[in-house]
Amino acid sequence: MARRYDSSTTTFSPDGRLHQVEYAIEAINNAGTAVGILAKDGIVLAGEKNKPSNLLAPSKGPEKMYKIDDHLTTVVAGLTADANILINNARINAQRYIYTYQEPMPVEQLVEKVCNYKQAYTQYGGLRPFGVSFLFAGWDEYHGYQLYMSDPSGNYSGWKATCIGQNNQAGKNLLKNDYEENLTIDAAMKLAVKVLVKSMDATTASADKLEFCIMTTDGDKVIQRIVPEADVTKILEEVALETASEGDM
Amino acid sequence: ENSKRAIIQKMDTILALKGDGFVMMAADCSSARSILVFSQTQDKIKVLDDSKLLGQSGPQCDTANFSEYIQKNMTLYELNNNMKLSTHATAHYMRRELATALRKGPYQTNILLGGYDEKAGESLYFIDVYSALVKVNFGVHGHASNFLLSVFDREWKEGLSVDQALDVVRKCVAELRTRFLIAQPNFIIKVVDANGVRLVEL
Repeated sequence: MARRYDSSTTTFSPDGRLHQVEYAIEAINNAGTAVGILAKDGIVLAGEKNKPSNLLAPSKGPEKMYKIDDHLTTVVAGLTADANILINNARINAQRYIYTYQEPMPVEQLVEKVCNYKQAYTQYGGLRPFGVSFLFAGWDEYHGYQLYMSDPSGNYSGWKATCIGQNNQAGKNLLKNDYEENLTIDAAMKLAVKVLVKSMDATTASADKLEFCIMTTDGDKVIQRIVPEADVTKILEEVALETASEGDM
Repeated sequence: ENSKRAIIQKMDTILALKGDGFVMMAADCSSARSILVFSQTQDKIKVLDDSKLLGQSGPQCDTANFSEYIQKNMTLYELNNNMKLSTHATAHYMRRELATALRKGPYQTNILLGGYDEKAGESLYFIDVYSALVKVNFGVHGHASNFLLSVFDREWKEGLSVDQALDVVRKCVAELRTRFLIAQPNFIIKVVDANGVRLVEL
C-alpha cells in the first residue's frame, strides 16, 4: 500500500518515511559482516569476506578494507561498486584537506563530507541512494582514536564498538554484553573474532574468510596493519579454546 | 597588465620575533600613497583570533580584502567543525590562497603570521607577495628588512623574555629612525601567548 511512494527517493511517503533510503539500508543486511572495536590504544576492524565461488581468483589485497589516508581507514558492507565511488570521494576529500592545510584531515570532518555526499542522493537528482554502510576508523591529534558508522541515509554516529552487515543484531548484542572500556588490542581482536564467528553463515570460521586491520600510533604517526592469515588462524584457535571452556564451572 | 600593480610597495615596516611562549609583532602606523600620508595611526596587525596575529604590508585594498577573506573562512571553519585551525594550518591555508591568486589576480600583501597553539607552542610564519612560506624565528617585511635583519641576527636568541624581546624591538625602531629615509614616528606592538593577544607599549 506504500508502493505508490516507493519509487522516487525525492518523495516522502504519507507516513513521513523515505522508502528508498530504508530499502538501501536493507540491502546492506545481506552483505558480509563488518565489525569495529575501539581499544585502549588502537582500533580493531574486521570483516567477513564473501567467497561465492572457488573459481574466484585469490584477492591481491584486502577485500573489504580500504585505506582512505595514512590516518584513516574503512570497512565496507554493501554494494562494492557503490562503495568504490564513495571511497574515491573520501580519498579525494582527504587529500584536498592536506593540499590546503598541510595537516591530516580530522576524522569526523572526513566522515561528514562523505555523508553529505550520500545525503544528496536522498534528496535531489532522482538517483537511488548508495547501497553501502561504512565503519570509519581513524586517529587525529584533536580527538584521538575514533570509530564512526555511516549508512545510506547520510547519517553517521560515533561508536565504541559496533557492527554492520549480515546478522549485525546478533553481533551488536554480543558487543553489548562483552565490550568493556580500555580493552587491549589483543582482547579487542578476540572480541571481534567472536562477533564474526557468531554472525557468519558457515559453521566453521576460517582465517581465509576473515580480514583484520589494526590501527595504532607511534607518537604522531598512525600505523595501519592488515593482520596476516597465519596470525588470524592463531587467534581463531585461541578464541575457540576459550569458548569451548566458557560453560565450565 | 596593470602597471600600477606591478610596482611592489615596500614602505610598510612589519617585524616579528619568537620568544619563550609568545610571539611579539610590531608595525609602523603610517598609511600613505606616493607623497601623501593618510594616517599615522593605522593598525596593520590584525587579530585573526585570540591566538593569532596577522601582520600585513602593502596597499590596503589588498591587505584588507585578503585578511577579511581569511578571517571569515576561519570563523566558518570554527563554526562547522567545532575547533580552531592551528597556526600551522592557517599559514598553509593562506599560502594556498595566495598561490592560487598569484596567476589570476594577485594580492599584493606580505604577511607575518604569529600564533600560539597549546600543542605546538609559539610559531611564526613568513609569507611574501609571491606566496613563499617559511617558518622562522624572526622576520621583517619591506625596505626595513635591509636594516633590521642584521639587528635580529645579532640580538635574537632562543627563549627571550617579553622584556628582552621588547628591547630588541626598541633597537629595531632606533635603527630605522637613524638610517631609514622614510620617517615612521609611530609603532604598534602586540604580543600573543597562551593567555591571548595584548597590546604593548614601546
